[in-house]
Amino acid sequence: MKYFKYLVLGVVFGITLTKAELISWYRIYEMFRFQSFHMYGVIGSAVVTGIIITQIIKRTKMKDAQGKTVVIAPKQFSIWRYLLGGIIFGFGWALTGACPGPMFILAGNGVFVIFVAIASGLSGTYVYGKIRHKLPH
Amino acid sequence: MNNFIELISSPWPWWIAGPAIALLMFALIYFGNSFGFSANFRTICSMFGAGKSCDFFDFDWKKQTWNLVFALGAILGGFIASQYLTSGDAIALSENTITELEGYGLENVGADMVPMSIFNFEALLTLKGFVFIVLGGFFVGFGTRYAGGCTSGHAISGLSDLQPASLIAVIGFFIGGLTITYFVLPSILAL
Repeated sequence: MKYFKYLVLGVVFGITLTKAELISWYRIYEMFRFQSFHMYGVIGSAVVTGIIITQIIKRTKMKDAQGKTVVIAPKQFSIWRYLLGGIIFGFGWALTGACPGPMFILAGNGVFVIFVAIASGLSGTYVYGKIRHKLPH
Repeated sequence: MNNFIELISSPWPWWIAGPAIALLMFALIYFGNSFGFSANFRTICSMFGAGKSCDFFDFDWKKQTWNLVFALGAILGGFIASQYLTSGDAIALSENTITELEGYGLENVGADMVPMSIFNFEALLTLKGFVFIVLGGFFVGFGTRYAGGCTSGHAISGLSDLQPASLIAVIGFFIGGLTITYFVLPSILAL
C-alpha cells in the first residue's frame, strides 16, 4: 500500500503530459523550431512554480511525510558531464521527440513501438555505465 | 460531472500543465523522494542483473521501487487520457510547423501524438525508423545518465533549485536538440 500514492502521482503525470501534448513528437519539433510558445510556457511556468515551492521548502525548513527535514542535495558542479551528456540527450530528444517520462506515457497512449526506444535507451544507459570511467566528467 | 469530463478532455493549456508538473515534483519531495524519471533506466538495468557485469548497476534497486511504480502509473495515465479523456481534435500546432512537415512528406500532421508513418514496427526495418527510434532511444538513455538527469531532473527539479549544473545540462539539451532539428532532420525526414 505504501506505493499506491506513487501510482496515483504517476497517473496524474501521465494524464497531464498527454493532455498538454508534451508527449507529442510534433510539439518537440515545434519547440526546437521556435514556432510556438506552448512548450516554453509549460517548462517556464513549471520552473517558476518550482522555484517558489523550493524556496518555501528551504526557508520554512519543511518536514516531509516521515517528519524529517527536507534536504535537497545540491548537484556537484562541473562542466563536461552536464554539457556533453546534455548534448547527447538533446540529440535523442529531437529524434524520438520524447524524454524518458514521455516514452512510457506514449506506450500507454498505444504507441507500442516506443518500447523499442525504451529498450534502446536501457542499452544506452548500460553502455554509459560500462565506459563512464573513460569519459570526461 | 459531464461538464467536468468535457472540460478536462479538451487540450490543457501550458499554464495548467506547468504548475501541475511543479506540484508533482513537490509531492514526490514531500514523500521523501525526488522528481527524476531517467533514474528508472538505471534501476531497470540493475533489476535485469546488470550489476553482475558493471558496478555502476550494483546497488539495491529495490529502494527505487517507488519510481518504477511512478513510471507504471505514467503508462496507466497515458492509457486513461487516450481512452477516456480525449476530444479527438488534432494537436493545435502552428501553421508554420504543419506546412514545413507536410513539405517533408508527412501526412495528417498533428492527428496523432507522433508521426505514425515513422513510429511503427515496419519502419524499424528502414534507415529512417532505425535513426528515429533505435538511435534516438540510445542517445536518450546514454545522454541522460551521462548528464545525471533528464528534463524532470535537470530542467524542472534542478532549475527550480537554481543549480548551475542543471543550467549547463539544459543548455546542452538545446545545443543537441537544435543541431539535430536544423541540420539532421531535414535530410532524414526526406528519406
